[in-house]
Amino acid sequence: MWQWITRLYHQLGSPKWFMQLTDKWLPWLIAVTALGGLYGLVNGLLFAPVDYQQGNSYRIIYIHVPAALVAQSAFVMMAIAGAVYLVWRIKMAAWVAKAIAPIGASFCLIALFTGAIWGKPTWGTYWIWDARLTSMLLLLFLYFGVMALQKAIESEEMSYRAAAILSLVGVVNIPIIKYSVNWWNTLHQPATLKLTEKPTMHIDMLIPLLVMIATTYVLLAILVILRTRNEILWHERKSKWLKQRLES
Amino acid sequence: MSLTRATLRRDFILVARNPGEWLNPLMFFLMVAAMFPLAVDQDPRFLAKIAGGVIWVSALLATLLSLDALFKMDVDDGSLEQWLASGESMFAMALGKALVHWCVSGLPLTLMSPLLAMMLALPDDAYAALFYSLAIGTPILSLLGAVGAALTAGLRSGGLLLSLLILPLYVPVLIFASSAVYHAGLGMPYAGQLGFLGAMLALAVCFTPLAVAAALKLNLSR
Repeated sequence: MWQWITRLYHQLGSPKWFMQLTDKWLPWLIAVTALGGLYGLVNGLLFAPVDYQQGNSYRIIYIHVPAALVAQSAFVMMAIAGAVYLVWRIKMAAWVAKAIAPIGASFCLIALFTGAIWGKPTWGTYWIWDARLTSMLLLLFLYFGVMALQKAIESEEMSYRAAAILSLVGVVNIPIIKYSVNWWNTLHQPATLKLTEKPTMHIDMLIPLLVMIATTYVLLAILVILRTRNEILWHERKSKWLKQRLES
Repeated sequence: MSLTRATLRRDFILVARNPGEWLNPLMFFLMVAAMFPLAVDQDPRFLAKIAGGVIWVSALLATLLSLDALFKMDVDDGSLEQWLASGESMFAMALGKALVHWCVSGLPLTLMSPLLAMMLALPDDAYAALFYSLAIGTPILSLLGAVGAALTAGLRSGGLLLSLLILPLYVPVLIFASSAVYHAGLGMPYAGQLGFLGAMLALAVCFTPLAVAAALKLNLSR
């Protein structure tokens, strides 16, 4: 098992192998996303029971929660890829990190946007300085910072390393930020509006949600792979193997 | 160690001969804080509520303003390359640079804060909390800011970018510090918040110099 993992790791580190492996993986991943998305969305939006308090408006949870979870995980992924690049200077890791940043920021935006839409019927306002909303907003700012830094540095290698350092600093800070924001919020608004807690969810609501979460992770994988492939196409455009590949 | 000491000595001399370096952030601090009563409300009861937060936001902005120049000169005139070539511990150098920055920005702000507190009608009980929170919190701002300054040192328009990178990281400090001041104003205990600030300072002292050193090395190959 361990050998298999290390071999896979080394293979993914090579642009050529990455292309070949993801050629095989992508159809499966896309099929899983399509099926999971279909099942999760149809069940969540149509067949899951109506919430006794929030009515039908709670159904946005099937987009909101997966997006928020994926946005947070993507930042950690980005930092890990950055660390791999800093330590071993594997170019692929830098391209993966670069590919993740805009995707993670987009999921962050989706989570914030759906949160605002959800907030209107349940809380009566689009925006509230709720702990979770605020920490998502700060996560978005962190993504913006990483992307801005990457854009600002002309030398490519430098920009990868700088972004990696910043995302590592950010990933250490995320728990502190989350904790402090939680603490701040519960302090200022004791009887605050709480999201429906998970254990209290009915099983028919919960299963589509879990399916949607898993599906969104697979979607993240697909998007990252596609963007990384674009990076490979661009950076390896002069290499022989790519020319052969494109010709065949 | 001698190189670090020599660099710090040079930096302090430069600051002493060019008072604008520490006076400008200080004046900026005063001016920003003075805008709030003008823009929002001059009622002392209202000001008393927001004074802690206003002073802290102003201190944060003033710190950011002076961060931009932290490593810029050393990158431009080649001192940075000499440090890296000397084999001297970059950890100590980064820590020392942050210390210089704090002496130029955070320390004067801390000493000046009672004046602003009086102008913003901060409750009497909160003076000590404000002073302590600034004394513990502004070094964190300098240390975290040094990471951003090192990352953007070689860039032409680094200043605005630096603020973008660093502001989200300042949020925990801002939250705990302004809450300490607010609670002290209500006559409640605030040792817990100061404890958190102290913990963050300890973390920052241990880890940010590593990031600063790594980021400074980037500038070599630029």
